[in-house]
Amino acid sequence: MVMKLHEYQAKDIFAEAGIPVPESRLASSVEEVMEAVEEIGYPAAIKAQVHVGGRGKAGGIKIAMDEDEARQAAEDILGMDLKGYTVDRVLVEAGVDFENELYVGITMDRSEGKPVAMVSTEGGVNIEEVAEETPEAIAREHIDPAFGLHPYQARKVVFEAGIPRDVAFDVASFLTTLYDLYESNDASDIEINPVMITSDRDIVAADAVMNIDDDALFRHDDLAAMEEDAYENDLEAKAGEYGFDYVRLSGNVGIIGNGAGLVMTTLDLVDYFGGEPANFLDIGGGAKAERVANALDMVFSDENVDSVVFNIFGGITRGDEVAKGINEALESFDEIPKPVVVRLAGTNAEEGMEILNTDLVQVEGTLEDAVQRAVKNAQEVSQ
Amino acid sequence: MSIFVDDDTRVVVQGITGGEGKFHTRQMIEYGTNVVAGTSPGKGGQDVDGIPVYDTVEEAVDEEDANASVVFVPPAFAGDAIFEALDTDLDLVVAITEGVPTQDMAKVNKRLSETDTRLIGPNCPGIITPGEAKLGILPGNIFEEGNVGLVSRSGTLTYQVVSNLTERGIGQTTAIGIGGDPIIGTSFVDALEAFENDPDTHAVVMCGEIGGEDEEQAAKYIAENMDTPVAGFIAGRTAPPGKRMGHAGAIVSGSGTGTAESKISALNDAGVPVGDTPNEVADHIEDFL
Repeated sequence: MVMKLHEYQAKDIFAEAGIPVPESRLASSVEEVMEAVEEIGYPAAIKAQVHVGGRGKAGGIKIAMDEDEARQAAEDILGMDLKGYTVDRVLVEAGVDFENELYVGITMDRSEGKPVAMVSTEGGVNIEEVAEETPEAIAREHIDPAFGLHPYQARKVVFEAGIPRDVAFDVASFLTTLYDLYESNDASDIEINPVMITSDRDIVAADAVMNIDDDALFRHDDLAAMEEDAYENDLEAKAGEYGFDYVRLSGNVGIIGNGAGLVMTTLDLVDYFGGEPANFLDIGGGAKAERVANALDMVFSDENVDSVVFNIFGGITRGDEVAKGINEALESFDEIPKPVVVRLAGTNAEEGMEILNTDLVQVEGTLEDAVQRAVKNAQEVSQ
Repeated sequence: MSIFVDDDTRVVVQGITGGEGKFHTRQMIEYGTNVVAGTSPGKGGQDVDGIPVYDTVEEAVDEEDANASVVFVPPAFAGDAIFEALDTDLDLVVAITEGVPTQDMAKVNKRLSETDTRLIGPNCPGIITPGEAKLGILPGNIFEEGNVGLVSRSGTLTYQVVSNLTERGIGQTTAIGIGGDPIIGTSFVDALEAFENDPDTHAVVMCGEIGGEDEEQAAKYIAENMDTPVAGFIAGRTAPPGKRMGHAGAIVSGSGTGTAESKISALNDAGVPVGDTPNEVADHIEDFL
C-alpha cells in the first residue's frame, strides 16, 4: 500500500531539494485564506488539500483575481465534500504566468521490475488519457536501481519528449533531483502535472503528487509522521487501528477470511451467487482469537451488513484459534446481531469444529455452500 | 519428477532462530524436507532442534553443502538476506517475508538477473513437491503426489484449489506460490515453462489475480509454447478500481489496466478455461486428465 502525501507536503519536500515551486500558504479558515492572498497577491490559486484525484474538475481548485473571488473560493471550498473527503485545509498559491505545461513523473514499472522516468509536453491534462490515446507523446526511460538515473538518461528522455531546447537542461536536472527524492524517500511514485514553463522561461512545479511505499516507512520516521487523514471512512480507520487489510464496498454480505487471494475469491463468489459483498477483510496469517473477534466486531459495526460469511483455510492460521475467537465475539451478545456462516478448513479445522459453538453460527463444509448460505441469509434479512 | 525442489534439495533456513523460522523449520522437517542448516547472524554455533546454526549463508553452504534457502527474515532485513543468498550461488531462494520495500526488491531483481539462482517470492507461501520437499509455510497435509502442476499468486487460494483437487484424488507434481508483490522473482511464465518441460506434469492450474500484466503475459506464453493443458482462475472480479485488495500487487489502476476481465479474456483466447469457482477449476483439470 502507499502513504499519500498532500500537495503542500510534497511541495515542501520539493522546495527543500531545490525544485522551484510557487509561493504558497496553507490555510484552514476563510480569514487565513484572506491573510494569505494579501501576502501573495493576485492571481491566486485556492486548492483543496485532500487525497482525491481530479480535484480541479470536482470544484476543489479555484483561481481568484481579486479579494471577492478569493473570499468566495475560500467559502466554497473549505468544508466542501470532495468525493467523500471533507476539505478542511486549502493551499493558497501564487498564480503562475505560464507558456507551456509539461508532465514529469517517476514510478515503478512492475513488469520490468525497474523504476521508469516519464516526460511529456502534454502536461496539464489527464495524463492517463494521454497514455491511453497517444502513448508516443510520453517519453520513457527505465532506471537501473543499482546506479540511479544517469544524467545522460535524464537529458535523453527530455530531448525525446521534445521539451523546448532553452529549458531542456533545466527539466533534465529537475528530473535528476526528482529521482533522488524518489529513491531517498522510498516513494512509489512522484508526479508533477503540470510543470509550468513561465513567460520568463523558468520552470515551476505547479502541482505535486508523491506517494510513499508504506512497507518502507520503518526507515522514514519523518515521512511517517506526515500521514494525515488516510482513511475514507470511519470503518476503514477502525480497520487501520486493528491492523486489518480492509476495503468497504456497497453490498450487504460481510466477508471475513484469511489471505488476500482467498478473500477476493470469496467476494467474487458472493457476487457469482447473486449477492453483493459489503467489504474485503483479510485477517492475515496466523491470527489469534482476539484478532478474529476484532474482525467480527468490524463487520458487525457496518450498518450495511445483513449477513456474514467467515471463510478460513488454515495454513499458518489455526482453526481452533479461529473458533475460539468466533465464540468469544458471539457469546458477548444477548442476541447475535447478524447471522454468521462459518467454514473452516486446513490446519486444526477439526479441532476448531469441535470448539465452535454451533448454537451461535451456521456451519458449512465447502466454500461454495458457505457463500450461498450467507447470500440467502442476506436476502432474507433485507426483505 | 517435479520442478525446482525434490529429495535432493538441501535447505538452509535464513532466520532460523526467529519465531516463524523456528516453527516452520520444524514443519518442513516433519514433512521430510532435507533442512541442513540455519543462519542467524551472531548465533553461529548454536543449534535449533539439532540443525546447526551459522552466522552467514556462505558458511552454511561451505559446511553443509546447502543448495537452497528459505528466507524468514523480517521485512527490514529481507532484501539484505536475499542478496546474501544470491551471492553464494544457491540454486533456489524462497522468500516468505511479507512487506519487503519495493525499491529493495528492484535492487534485488537487478542482482538476480546477473545470477543463475531462481528466486521465488517474496510475500509467498513457498513451494512444495508432495512426498519430497516443502520450502515454506504451505500446510503439507492437503497435498498429494500426482500429475498436476499448480502456480498461484496467493497462498490460501492455492490451498483451496489444491484441496478441491486432492478431494477428487488428483495429486500434484509441484505447487508454487509466486507471491502477491509487484516485484517477484519467479513469474507465471517461468513456472509454466518449467511445468511444460516436466514430463510428469500432465496438466497445470494457474491462479491469478487482479493487478499487473503477468497473467496476460502467461496467456501469450501458453498460446505460443505449451502443449500441457492449463486451467485458470482469476481472483478479484468484484474489486473496484483504485482499491488495493490486500496484496500490494492486487490493484486495478485508475486507467483500467489489470482488470479481471482483461486477464480472463486473455486466458480464454489462449484456450485456457477459467473457472467461476475454485471447484470449477478442478472440474476442468479432471476433464484434461
